[in-house]
Amino acid sequence: MSALSLAFWAVLARDLRLGLRHGSDIAMVVSFFVLAAVLFPFGVGPEANLLTRISAGVVWVTALLAAMLSLDRLFQADYEDGSLDQLALSPAPLAVIVLAKAAAHWLTTGLPLIVVAPALGLMLRLDPAGFVPLVLAMLVGTPSLSLFGAIGAALTLGARRGGALVALLVLPLVLPVLIFGVAAVEAAVTGLGARPHLLILGALLAAALPLAPLAAAVALRQALESA
Amino acid sequence: MGGLGRAMTEPFETGTFAGTDIACIRGERLLFRGLGFALEPGGALVLTGPNGSGKSSLLRLLAGLLPPAHGELTWNGRPVAADREAQRARLLYLGHLEGLKPTLTVGEMLDLHARLRGRPTDPADALAALGIDGLVDVPGRLLSAGQRRRVGLARLLVCPAPLWLLDEPTVGLDAAGLAAFRAIAAAHRRAGGAIVAATHAELGLAGADNLAPADFAPDWATDGAALEAVLGAVA
Repeated sequence: MSALSLAFWAVLARDLRLGLRHGSDIAMVVSFFVLAAVLFPFGVGPEANLLTRISAGVVWVTALLAAMLSLDRLFQADYEDGSLDQLALSPAPLAVIVLAKAAAHWLTTGLPLIVVAPALGLMLRLDPAGFVPLVLAMLVGTPSLSLFGAIGAALTLGARRGGALVALLVLPLVLPVLIFGVAAVEAAVTGLGARPHLLILGALLAAALPLAPLAAAVALRQALESA
Repeated sequence: MGGLGRAMTEPFETGTFAGTDIACIRGERLLFRGLGFALEPGGALVLTGPNGSGKSSLLRLLAGLLPPAHGELTWNGRPVAADREAQRARLLYLGHLEGLKPTLTVGEMLDLHARLRGRPTDPADALAALGIDGLVDVPGRLLSAGQRRRVGLARLLVCPAPLWLLDEPTVGLDAAGLAAFRAIAAAHRRAGGAIVAATHAELGLAGADNLAPADFAPDWATDGAALEAVLGAVA
């Protein structure tokens, strides 16, 4: 195995292990997702037609907010205990390490959200034709959330109230993911086909995959300079 | 085979690490300027001086975590800025914090460190050299301050590299830990490695040079009239 992939898999395995051993973080993100979505039938009333119309949007927006919750810890813990120095001083490019951390973030937050999403869709009376597109759109769309989120988390490293700041920075960046994620479900329900929207989500991911880690790595070096 | 024989006796390529006319600015304060040094293979440089005089900043600067405001660092005469990745592979940095995770075991953390440097290795020898071979399966949250320091020092041995940058390496160590540190530092220098260490304690590095960043602090940092002269010259 090359040194590059060795570093990638080592960091990915470390962050997964940390995520699973602090299982409460994953549980918190998923519970927030479920609770926030459950609030909607109470807020807008249990009328089936209305819920069917907003269900895709509600699932996507609450998934977005739930993912934001966990972002501020992406680099903060490593920054505080000195391991970020060690990661930044490893011969592997920092962008590869960022990519591994974003991948671990997606596996520990994005993936559990996708597993729970169909159940929430059922509760919100999502049209039966919308379930498969919803899961597909989330599978292609949520990795972009972790990648864009890594930029925000790196930029706000060391800042006071970093968590709120991350959401302010990242939410506008991920608007396209929300728009096309919801549109994919709507299109499938109205019989137009979700494919074009899924392809755009894929294009967003293809752009974020190489660019976001590079941007986040630059922001991390900046943060370490003022450490 | 000459190459193989060399690899057996020397775990790394030795070299001369030097800095010329280094200046460092933290926040809006100029800590030192015009600082220079040259560190031969097997050499040691001890950074001394009062708290806040720039010892830790100089170490972070030497590690490449902080760019110098002025001046240049070289390895065998070539600027390190030209190949950052090669320079990172040549150095090991031990800061105030060891970067240990409460839920990861010592073995897992050293394994990660070795993989990040592209060479998965068995950490048993490194742990034995620091007298903590019993800690392999102990998670970070159960370690005492001295044990954490020893794990930090064990990292230096897992993947050998020619340049050690150590910030207060012996803080929290007991007598046996101090003896272990002296032994690994001496072995490292015998193998041609170099050490830069900031300290307030006696490290026992034989024949080490002393460098006090405070000696290179600009006099106008404390002298108002001199500061005005400098500002006048800039204007």
